[in-house]
Amino acid sequence: MTTRIVELRRGILKKNDELAAGLRARYVDAGVLVLNLVSSPGTGKTAFLEFTLRELRARGAKVAALVGDLETDNDARRLAASGAPVRQINTHGICHLDAEMIDKHLAGWEGVTLGGLEYLFIENVGNLVCPSSYDLGEKIRVALLSVTEGEDKPLKYPTLFNSADAAVITKIDIAEPCGFDRELALKNINEIRPGIRIFETSAKTGAGMDEWLGYLAEARGGHSV
Amino acid sequence: MHELSIAASIVDALTESAAAYPGARVKEVRLRVGALASVIEDSLQFCWGITVEGTPLEGSKLVVKILPVVAHCAACGKDGELESLQSFRCPHCGEPATDLRQGRELEIDSIEIDEVEEKV
Repeated sequence: MTTRIVELRRGILKKNDELAAGLRARYVDAGVLVLNLVSSPGTGKTAFLEFTLRELRARGAKVAALVGDLETDNDARRLAASGAPVRQINTHGICHLDAEMIDKHLAGWEGVTLGGLEYLFIENVGNLVCPSSYDLGEKIRVALLSVTEGEDKPLKYPTLFNSADAAVITKIDIAEPCGFDRELALKNINEIRPGIRIFETSAKTGAGMDEWLGYLAEARGGHSV
Repeated sequence: MHELSIAASIVDALTESAAAYPGARVKEVRLRVGALASVIEDSLQFCWGITVEGTPLEGSKLVVKILPVVAHCAACGKDGELESLQSFRCPHCGEPATDLRQGRELEIDSIEIDEVEEKV
């Protein structure tokens, strides 16, 4: 018997990365801007997305959303009230979405083709750890943080915040009663991801949403919505 | 807690690679994991034992090498290891660090196998 070492140097998530690269190419070909929304449970991803879908539709944009949860289609039903096509992905216990789940749910989505969309939002499973490892082919990864969560969240979850392209602070309408320290939160986000675009929003009052929608239009390549 | 998914991905990848060495026994699996890969070694070790049961990797040892985050600083031109994950700043000049050169790896580096010599 001989013992030998075999060099492999292979990515553990190679399969996901290859699928994500394929998805990214399809999004680019179709001219659709894809965003992956990541936060803790309870940050308000769904309310933020409801507002975004409704406003984009009111401005005539073609939008759709895929929404990930362990169980239930409650979020899909909430989002569908915006009039946009929405498809629920139930992961049944898995703590993140992966590229294969996205690929499967894009296929056979009645009435929706990538070519017919301008914006596709993917609401990830509420989790600040695991989704950071799984590329979904998105152009923009958005990390969301609510004023109720504590300003040090970016420091506690640097992996996610460091891999984000934009950060959104939600629920600013209740910042004051929560004793939210705005300057500290902005400083902490910048400490983990220097120079990142930060949006301070409320899905209840609409504060900060114009700036966010302007950013989306810019990211799609300057077409105004 | 996605270490179980990670462990399963490693087993999938290695089952493919190990097929090239029929009859060989995998003794050790060596990983390179960046400090920003969000993998907790203890959880991964725990999941490893469960995941390899009944596979050709049963009984193999998992060795995890954690790689620190290295950033290239545009301001001073040097590469440096970040002192902590709570502050992405160049360790040499203190400027914000955005260009990461290491720290997100999640790779199988190598495996150590016992090969059965073929009888002539």
